[in-house]
Amino acid sequence: MKKKWKILIPCIAVLLVFCLAVGFLGKLFEPKYVAEQKEGGMIRDYYKETGSHDILFVGDCEVYENFVPAVLYEEYGITSYIRGSAQQLVWQSYYLLEEMLKKETPKAVVFNVLALKYGEPQNEAYNRMTLDGMKFSLSKWNAIRASMTKEESFASYLLPLLRFHDRWKELTEEDFAYLFSQPTVSYQGYLLQTEVKGGVSDREGVPLTDYTLPASSMAYLEKMRALCEEKGVELILIKAPTNNWKYWWYDEWDAQVKDYAEAHGLSYYNFIPLCGEIGIDWNTDTYDKGVHLNVYGAEKLTSYFGKILTETRSFVDHREEPEAAALWDTYLENYYLAKGDSK
Amino acid sequence: MQFSSAIFVLFLALTILLYYLLPKKWQWGVLLVASYVFYLSQGVQYIGFLLYTTVVTYFTGRILSARAKKEDDFVEANRETLTKEERKAFRASEKKARFRILLCGLVLGFGLLILLKYTAFFAGGVRDIVTAFGGASFKIPSLLIPLGLSFYTFQSMGYLIDLYRKKITAETNFLKFALFVSFFPQIIQGPISRFGDLGKELTTPHTFSAGDFSAGLFRVAYGFFKKLVVADTAMIGVRYLYEHTDTQQGIYVILLILLYTAEIYGDFTGGIDITIGISRMLGIRLAENFNRPFSAQSVKEYWRRWHITMGTWFTDYVFYPLSVSGGMQKFSTWSRSHLGNAVGKRLPVYFATIVTWFLTGLWHGAGWNFIVWGLLNCFVILISQELQPLWNLFLKKCQKLSGSGFFYCFRAARTFLLMGLFRSLDVYKDVPLTFSLWGSMFTTWNWGELFSASGLTSFGMNLWQLLVLGAGILLILLATNLGKKTPLWDRLASRSVLAVALSACILTLVLVFGSYGVGYDAADFIYGQF
Repeated sequence: MKKKWKILIPCIAVLLVFCLAVGFLGKLFEPKYVAEQKEGGMIRDYYKETGSHDILFVGDCEVYENFVPAVLYEEYGITSYIRGSAQQLVWQSYYLLEEMLKKETPKAVVFNVLALKYGEPQNEAYNRMTLDGMKFSLSKWNAIRASMTKEESFASYLLPLLRFHDRWKELTEEDFAYLFSQPTVSYQGYLLQTEVKGGVSDREGVPLTDYTLPASSMAYLEKMRALCEEKGVELILIKAPTNNWKYWWYDEWDAQVKDYAEAHGLSYYNFIPLCGEIGIDWNTDTYDKGVHLNVYGAEKLTSYFGKILTETRSFVDHREEPEAAALWDTYLENYYLAKGDSK
Repeated sequence: MQFSSAIFVLFLALTILLYYLLPKKWQWGVLLVASYVFYLSQGVQYIGFLLYTTVVTYFTGRILSARAKKEDDFVEANRETLTKEERKAFRASEKKARFRILLCGLVLGFGLLILLKYTAFFAGGVRDIVTAFGGASFKIPSLLIPLGLSFYTFQSMGYLIDLYRKKITAETNFLKFALFVSFFPQIIQGPISRFGDLGKELTTPHTFSAGDFSAGLFRVAYGFFKKLVVADTAMIGVRYLYEHTDTQQGIYVILLILLYTAEIYGDFTGGIDITIGISRMLGIRLAENFNRPFSAQSVKEYWRRWHITMGTWFTDYVFYPLSVSGGMQKFSTWSRSHLGNAVGKRLPVYFATIVTWFLTGLWHGAGWNFIVWGLLNCFVILISQELQPLWNLFLKKCQKLSGSGFFYCFRAARTFLLMGLFRSLDVYKDVPLTFSLWGSMFTTWNWGELFSASGLTSFGMNLWQLLVLGAGILLILLATNLGKKTPLWDRLASRSVLAVALSACILTLVLVFGSYGVGYDAADFIYGQF
């Protein structure tokens, strides 16, 4: 019996060291998304957020590059957070929302509907940027299962080393510096873009053979609606402004979203036809020729949306709450420092 | 479920746990269930073929066994009444009857293999002839080829032949027999086991042994290293070279030969290490399939060291029976009387050797490249045989040289390169193209191109991958050298903790430097397709 333990205990110790080594190497090789590809670091930023929010935005780049929580607070006293990442698919938004609603109960959830056009998993790199930032939970488990493309393996999400092992030859100082903790890369989920690269689309989107929004994405929208209803949170649908034929929002899609919203008593705001009223100038308010807004365009859109929100709903003005104001003043300072504005 | 997938690791862990935790009498049942789960995971569509071979072999085996028992019982019961001649005549007639039963079993067993694996090849040949004579072309249906078909068919047919030869007795329990055919670690790529060796091993209860378990674990880790670090990294270059044969000629053909040798060695020996290692973790010993093949001094010796179980299968069940068959005896007599003793005695051996190698080539795949590969091996072996007296004379005259280390290395390198050259038929596939590429080694002098600044990365691999491959090969050479007398895993069997620690180190290397995951198209085991 003694002999057995003499073998078993060291073997267990070796196994533990092996597991630790695999975990450590996974952490080391994982991209840190700090200096480059910040989009990959935005999902994890949420865990550093303190306090609750009136509004939670979920969606793809059309939320995290087009709305500025700092402006919403500064102008209307509304606290908000954006949980979005690059090409965030509907099911990913759903599971991220499910995770957030376990922690807080906002007044409203704002969902950008562009992702409804994708009915199937799309891109491994974007999947990783969204899912790797999530803390392990049942929501993450389900999000992975719903998102994986054919070439991906579930195990590689549990053990990042299986996915990123090949980065051993690309390691930089950043990988060591941010091994165990990474700085926030966003401003309450907003990714700052100050560049100006104007452009107006000279044509419309390519005609499609079928304009029906995929049943799978609509099913997740329905799940999102049911979840909000269960939690007593209002779901608001939006479509952010774009002006690029490659990322066209077709009237047929718009009609389907409108019908859905009407059928379920939801508010739906399509900002594309409202660009003039918002004051967006596609020569100065975009950083990538009309695909996304830059900070100047995003501030205008946020201001406009804030006005709608406050005119149609009632919100507590958190600027008058000392504790919240202290926190959000810091956020504002950080935002304007980054923007290079001395306001 | 591939050996190198995470789901297989979980499956294996669960199987091993159940195997040792449940009562010992259930162990073979656990293995049977695990084997069928594993095979089903390869594709539900394959299971019918496995069951067919199992059922056909089992019942043919039972009939053969019953007939043999009846024969023995009759002879025993009438020992005093029958004369020696009568007994001999009775046994001879019974042997013929048993042979007819065996033949039925072989036709049914090999019939499926031929139908699924070779129909398209033979039908393609017929179509080529028909169209050459102006006939209309026709479409050849593509048939499903179950994974491991050649392996489990050969193992099953070997069982029938052994029963016919009364070397073994038939397994009466259908489920135990089903386990012999489907044992999961070896079903995809062998080794091709004999019932006399494996049958009992599988169904005898095994007590957990830390030594066997850790030695097996070490061998599994080492197998994964060979497969994922060496074979799949070399594959990147091999794939590029055969996809660009229009430009990658001359020195690049030699490069392909070297890279493919690394790939096939890492792939096949790695796969067998995993197979034998898993079996050993379960307390089951399988036959060895390799014995330092690249130290072989001749092609003949190489085939005693490489894919040993296939070689012995063809020797025992094709070459010897064919050599001593009635027809061959008659042919031998005829050739001696008509062609003289010197030629006459050689012809039957030549014929049996050529048939054996033709079938060996065909076993590897339904294609002319495999047939030519088999016949080239045969040609070299026969030529060597003929030149043996001359060679012996040379060795005698130059004893100093023949006993030197240099000469040993020279012969090993010569065999290594020759086998590599033949093996390139496996990669290039097209026989005329392969011959023309072999020719380019002597006509296209582009050595400088490969060893230029950008040359080393001109065949699909980057410098890091070359570095990993080189280091991997060096580690394998070191391990092979250390295990020259006693294999490393056997030496580690008495030092379990060290074996587990080394396994963990090797697996860490595999996880970091292995060619797998997104961005890599990690290959299935090459021999799985045979």
